[in-house]
Amino acid sequence: MNSPSTPYITSRNMEIYDTSRNIGIYEPMHQMSMWADIKSNGFLNTPTSMLVEVDTKLDNQSEDTSHETLGHSNKYDQETNKPVDKVLRRLAQNREAARKSRLRKKAYVQQLESSRSKLLQLEQELERTRQQGALIGVGLDAIPPGFSGPINSGICAFDLAYGSWVEEQDRLVDNLKTAIYTYTDEELCILVDVVMNHYSDLFRMKATSAKADVFYLMSGMWKTSAERLFLWIGGFRPSELLKVLLPHLDLLEQEHAEVCNLKQSCQQTEDALSQGMDKLQQTLSDALAAGQLGEGSYFPQISNAMERLDALVSFVNQQADHIRQVTLQQMARILDTRQTAQGLLVLGEYCQRLRALSLLWETRPREPT
Amino acid sequence: MEKISRLVSENGVVIFSKSTCCLCYAVNILFQELTVRPVVYAIDKDPEGREMEKALFRLGCSAPAVPAVFIGGKLVGSTNEVMSLHLSGSLVTLIKPYQGLLSN
Repeated sequence: MNSPSTPYITSRNMEIYDTSRNIGIYEPMHQMSMWADIKSNGFLNTPTSMLVEVDTKLDNQSEDTSHETLGHSNKYDQETNKPVDKVLRRLAQNREAARKSRLRKKAYVQQLESSRSKLLQLEQELERTRQQGALIGVGLDAIPPGFSGPINSGICAFDLAYGSWVEEQDRLVDNLKTAIYTYTDEELCILVDVVMNHYSDLFRMKATSAKADVFYLMSGMWKTSAERLFLWIGGFRPSELLKVLLPHLDLLEQEHAEVCNLKQSCQQTEDALSQGMDKLQQTLSDALAAGQLGEGSYFPQISNAMERLDALVSFVNQQADHIRQVTLQQMARILDTRQTAQGLLVLGEYCQRLRALSLLWETRPREPT
Repeated sequence: MEKISRLVSENGVVIFSKSTCCLCYAVNILFQELTVRPVVYAIDKDPEGREMEKALFRLGCSAPAVPAVFIGGKLVGSTNEVMSLHLSGSLVTLIKPYQGLLSN
């Protein structure tokens, strides 16, 4: 882009200026010679003086034009008795036209300048956002429109940690793939423990992050887009995951029955918690809507609502994560080592497929708007 | 505390709650899904509510005091404990005597 002191002299600017409305009076070639004059006169470093110089030039040009017109009119108006009047009128008209042209030009240039600085700002913001997106491995589409302003440092820390967690998870799942066939039971047991602890790490991370911003966790924005489709109180529904798992496990009848019972208990606790969430929404809504809506002052309602919000949403989120973690532990209890390894592998790859789907979706070719 | 002891000994499943507590509501829903009708006692509606809350803390409840769930006169715990028990399959065993009954 041009440096601020020379906004006027690129041919591109001249082209833009040519196509702007109502310029009309001066032909492109006329303008180019005008600019060339300015350039050779060395008025580059002082835009205001250049403007003055140009103004003078415009004035001169208009007077030149009027002279030409005068010449013509002399030919046709020989009968009129007031050629001086005509001259004066033409002069005034030209002066007026030139003045208006100057004002339009000024306005247009101001508009260009502000658009330019806005563009620079947007470019900077985009670069910042891209960098953050690259860090956390989330597509740009995952950042909602209008998401701006200082980002909570707690959220940033969580996003970074979660990004690392997913990378490590992928490594562990790859390990499981080969370990199922090559490891002894003892070795597999150790690997299973590592994977289970890794899940515990995630729950710990979420618990810490919930203190910083529970709504961020609840929003699921830290997950990929397809995963968000299945969002239930800040994560997966454990009963859904059990449904995914069941067909892929090689189970005895007794074990199968236990897993089915676990699935049913899961569903019941999920339902209870979901209804608790509904109740939370209702009490919050009631608190906010108390008194007269539209009367203007509503501080008591807000502070009352705050009291309800405080800790309640955290608790519901904690309870949901608690259910997830206990379900995982129960599965490990019901199944033997090899079955647990198989289960963790299936679970791991299912999540990988969801993340791959998200990526594919975000990078799909789209119609230009 | 007298009031608490009386309530838990006279009723199979008791939930001490507060009227604005959504987790208390959730725990109640869970029991109802299991065909149990617990006695839900809102301590914030009781004039001795603060005393009851302190008593619950003394009995072993950690903050928040509610929901505090008693089954067969014994303290089971809060939401965490109830859900863990259910997922492990142990809750149904505990509530068996009280399933399918109207609250007594």
